[in-house]
Amino acid sequence: MKIGVFICHCGSNIAGTVDCAGVAQRAAVYPDVVYSTDIMYACAEPGQDAIIAAIKEHGLTGVVVASCTPRMHEPTFRKAVERAGLNRYMFEMANIREHVSWIGKDKEANTNKAAELVRMAAAKLRLNRELKPKSFPVTKRVLVIGGGVAGIQAALDAADAGLEVVMVEKQPTIGGKMAKLDKTFPTVDCSSCILGPRMVDVAQHPNITLYAYSELEEVSGYVGNFDVKIRKKATYVDWDKCTGCGLCTEKCPSKKSYDRFNEGVGPTTAIIIPFPQAIPKKASIERDYCRLFNQGKCGVCSKVCPTGAVNYAMQDEFVDVKVGGIVAATGYDLVDWTVYGEYGAGRYPDVVTSLQYERMLSASGPTGGHIKRPSDGKEPKNVVFVQCVASRDPSIGRPYCSGFCCMYTAKQAILTKDHIPDSQSYVFYMDIRSPGKGYDEFTRRVQEEYGAKYVRGRVSMIYPKGDKLIVRGADTLMGGQVEVEADLVVLAVGGEAAAGSPGLAEKLRISYDGYGFFMEGHPKLKPVETNTAGVFLAGACQGLKDIPSSVAQGSAAAAKAIGLLSRNMLDSDPQIASVSVNRCVGCRKCIEVCPFKAIQEIDMRGQPKAEVIETVCQGCGLCNATCPQGAIQLSHFTDNQILAEVEALCRF
Amino acid sequence: MSRIDVGYFPGCSGLGTSMEYERSTRAVCRELGIGLREIPDWNCCGSTPAHSTDSALSAALASRVFAQGEKAGIGDVITPCPSCLKNLRVALEHMEDPLFTARVEALTERPLQMRHSIRSVLQVIIEDVGTERIKSRVRRSLKGLKVVPYYGCLMTRPEKLMRFDDPENPVALDRLLEALGAEVLAFPLKTDCCGGSFAIPARKVTPRLAGRILDMAGEAGADAVVVACPLCQMNLDLRQGQIRAGGIDRVLPVPYFTQLMAYAFGLPEQEAAFKKLVQDVQPAFACMSRRAADIEAEERKAAAAEAEKVRLAAERAAKAAEKAAEKAGTKDAAPDGAGKKSAAAKKPKDKADADGGEA
Amino acid sequence: METVCLNKSDDAFVKAVEAESGQRVSRCYQCGNCTAGCPMFFTFDYSVSRIMRLIQAGQKEQVLSSSAVWLCAGCETCTQRCPNEIDVAGVMDACRHIARREKKFGARAVSAFFKAFMDSVRFNGRSHEVGTMALYMLYTGRVWTDVELAPKILPKGKMPLLPHRIAGRKEVAEIINRFNQGLSDPDLVRAGPATHDASAKEAVS
Repeated sequence: MKIGVFICHCGSNIAGTVDCAGVAQRAAVYPDVVYSTDIMYACAEPGQDAIIAAIKEHGLTGVVVASCTPRMHEPTFRKAVERAGLNRYMFEMANIREHVSWIGKDKEANTNKAAELVRMAAAKLRLNRELKPKSFPVTKRVLVIGGGVAGIQAALDAADAGLEVVMVEKQPTIGGKMAKLDKTFPTVDCSSCILGPRMVDVAQHPNITLYAYSELEEVSGYVGNFDVKIRKKATYVDWDKCTGCGLCTEKCPSKKSYDRFNEGVGPTTAIIIPFPQAIPKKASIERDYCRLFNQGKCGVCSKVCPTGAVNYAMQDEFVDVKVGGIVAATGYDLVDWTVYGEYGAGRYPDVVTSLQYERMLSASGPTGGHIKRPSDGKEPKNVVFVQCVASRDPSIGRPYCSGFCCMYTAKQAILTKDHIPDSQSYVFYMDIRSPGKGYDEFTRRVQEEYGAKYVRGRVSMIYPKGDKLIVRGADTLMGGQVEVEADLVVLAVGGEAAAGSPGLAEKLRISYDGYGFFMEGHPKLKPVETNTAGVFLAGACQGLKDIPSSVAQGSAAAAKAIGLLSRNMLDSDPQIASVSVNRCVGCRKCIEVCPFKAIQEIDMRGQPKAEVIETVCQGCGLCNATCPQGAIQLSHFTDNQILAEVEALCRF
Repeated sequence: MSRIDVGYFPGCSGLGTSMEYERSTRAVCRELGIGLREIPDWNCCGSTPAHSTDSALSAALASRVFAQGEKAGIGDVITPCPSCLKNLRVALEHMEDPLFTARVEALTERPLQMRHSIRSVLQVIIEDVGTERIKSRVRRSLKGLKVVPYYGCLMTRPEKLMRFDDPENPVALDRLLEALGAEVLAFPLKTDCCGGSFAIPARKVTPRLAGRILDMAGEAGADAVVVACPLCQMNLDLRQGQIRAGGIDRVLPVPYFTQLMAYAFGLPEQEAAFKKLVQDVQPAFACMSRRAADIEAEERKAAAAEAEKVRLAAERAAKAAEKAAEKAGTKDAAPDGAGKKSAAAKKPKDKADADGGEA
Repeated sequence: METVCLNKSDDAFVKAVEAESGQRVSRCYQCGNCTAGCPMFFTFDYSVSRIMRLIQAGQKEQVLSSSAVWLCAGCETCTQRCPNEIDVAGVMDACRHIARREKKFGARAVSAFFKAFMDSVRFNGRSHEVGTMALYMLYTGRVWTDVELAPKILPKGKMPLLPHRIAGRKEVAEIINRFNQGLSDPDLVRAGPATHDASAKEAVS
């Protein structure tokens, strides 16, 4: 083999603390190396051209580039060597930036380490073989998990582009958090008026199949060909027969059920239609509150239903679907704010969350759009808003900014003034974060035109005194302690990853961060991709964001899915495992460890043997490391290649 | 030279602590053809104490000033004092508010007539007279004198009210002093507050604020701090002892710009009134003379070399023109050549003018 | 500093300051630029931005009894640089005017100096420096104020011992007298001429 070595300066990123020319000089004498040089920017066009020229001039058959992480430019250089006529896998990369120059200042030690990494890469390259990808057909169907505004946008965009869409929604209706909002900032337009038509579009779109009150049970397969199992949870109402007339909800005698959609502002019945504009507008029974399920007798809903749709014997059902791509849009939940004992931990009825307040403001909510104190139904005059509740609080493990509370609080203060003209709002804040278009102007308007009094400081405690609540806080701008007598306190509770996010991430084989938010492929350059091909992200499941950003991400995720599924065939990655049947003893260890179910047992002349399903294998190497016989080998990362690297390193 | 006739409001301090400003202002205006008609039997505008007490009181006092002017047929008024200027201007501009007008009329007990305009002496000199005319009056150049101009807070602020020069970096005084031949040094504290009228009731203020201004001026290498406000002048000049006691030891003369103009125009000491300053201005002039001698020697050398160059060029041009005329044998070429010649000849003459009228 | 009850915002006071200054204090977003540039900061009990904040919160007592509103030099730096174009110095003026009407003098020496000056004008029609100083010493008991300057300035002949009295000094005195009687107080003037006359007579008698 004739190996060429290229040591990249990356401007001063590497050359600042590594003697690149020195490394190139040392690499020149490594086995099979016939050409070695240093280069200012290997990834730039002149750099790539220089590599191609060297391949041609010196008849190189393998190339080592020592530069940044392979996650950054491995594809770049593979394409470059391919342009010069080499197989793209006859290339190795040594990471001397993230692993060397950026982490150490000792130039001599850095230069030595860089030289060793290059020696290892060259030793591995000597054992590389040409690999060729196989192509396979794709399923032109997208799964959208979550029917909030981000999922709705992704589903409609993908469906409009001609793809089939399967939407799975955990709740009995789509609409997500946005459907619960009364108005939206900074335009103060009606939330359900702008979201409602989109929800109807989802229901009516010929390309969209909606599974409401359903969850993702299982995912297998790979990009282009995922096999998805959906659990349709039992609603105890046959939705094919249900007309959404609502008679059952009127007659249900169990009237003290927790109203999930209305955030518990006022009770509801055990059989419910979440709200008038629900999609699908179908009834479902909340088993925990139903008298029939808990006391064994009732059956009123079944008796009154004009179409006989109620079916107490209903069981969960499963649906199998094949899809080519998946968009996760599972949204967020509010943090459980009752951890704050100083705010009453939920003991004071007139301390409510911002989302409960939205339901009180909403004309279709349980108070008919009248702001009433939960304790006595009186109209509050002094309303205190407390921002950063469960946001920016490392003490409860929520150090991040939720990003939308400043804006919705400003909106709620405006709506408070609109609803109760003689009211006075107070807003305790730490900073006003309003970087969106028209946002800062909005937060000024609430203060200048609507007279909301903004107080810079956190609230230390809230306690009842008579029928008032005393809010004790600070005004750091005035430089002291302040108190407000409030009739109602609204906590701007921050968000967190939706319950069950880590579990879903594991099903989808995507990464999630310490808070349960799904990890994007790259924080800047791959905001809607994940590190699993074919799985995309939209909305707050990736990180908290407001409606405009969620919608934008919904469209972006759809665009990515559309782009992926616009091709008829996809190339598989040839860096996968293969079994040497001579060595395999059929111990099944590899089958057990494979997280992708890519290995199956076959019978070969009466002997059990392992066989890799090429299109399913993701090349993770677990089987390779597990196999006691060394029978299963990961192409491009064989035992011999790893050992060659170790040997190269241990020469010193 | 066109004459400017305006009403004049001297301000009370002109009769006392700023009499040198008053005298030199009158002398300079006379020289520049600005006819000053003093408002008969004018009263105090109320200064800081009046407007600090109540805007209506301040405006009522101002309105009597304007009424006195009105009686004498005076419309446009100028004043040397920025503090008077601000009070009088505020009175004129505040009257659009009917409640405010009613409050002022409750004090004056007569309807207000505010058809006047009020500007500062500095503004009129800069805008109506202009630096070219100032230059042409210079008899004794201030060449070699290093100065920093100090405008104080009110000459340009608040911007919407004063509508004069740049509120953060005014240059009118700079241009004026340059026109007198002085070297104007960069001075970032041009519009910083000197402490104003708080020198008396809050004694720690002036040593700190005026001290900072003097210190920066000294740091810049100035021979003098040139001012346009009686209160600033008093804080910076009279209180240098108090400033020294506060820990900032700078001895610098603080003349009014009008005094330097009077000097440069060659007016007698009687009118420049330098002797009224607490800090003697003479050391500054001594520095100036020493530096001027050096500069002039340099300039004379340069001017001679330049003149020689120009003379040679003119000669060449003249010869070329003659040749061309001969060749063409017509009159066509002549005007062209003559034009060039006169342009070339004019240059050294201008130069001489600027140097102090040797021509 | 006492705990401030935000409910007890004196909105009438906020309106009065806004009416007198012509400014809307709710426009202030507390960036602190006024304090940043204030030359008198080191003499204030509350910085300018805190005064603005106290006004927003309707804390009348604290604002009106502060020394800051009396020590503001009116240099207009804050007004010039306010990003919201609030005439901050005008707001300080308004607070001082209201404080005086409510007989609150957060910095006695300053109000005494103003009074001495105005009395000098009342007597003569023009201010008289020696007279003002004498009155100031009388009002405050600070008889040694600036005496060390006398030997410097008196020989210059710039401080005439006798005032320049103007012919129309009676007219000027009347203006100041009417003011001292409170005839220009906004509430009185707003109430109209009838009440105005009645209370004027009352005030005179």
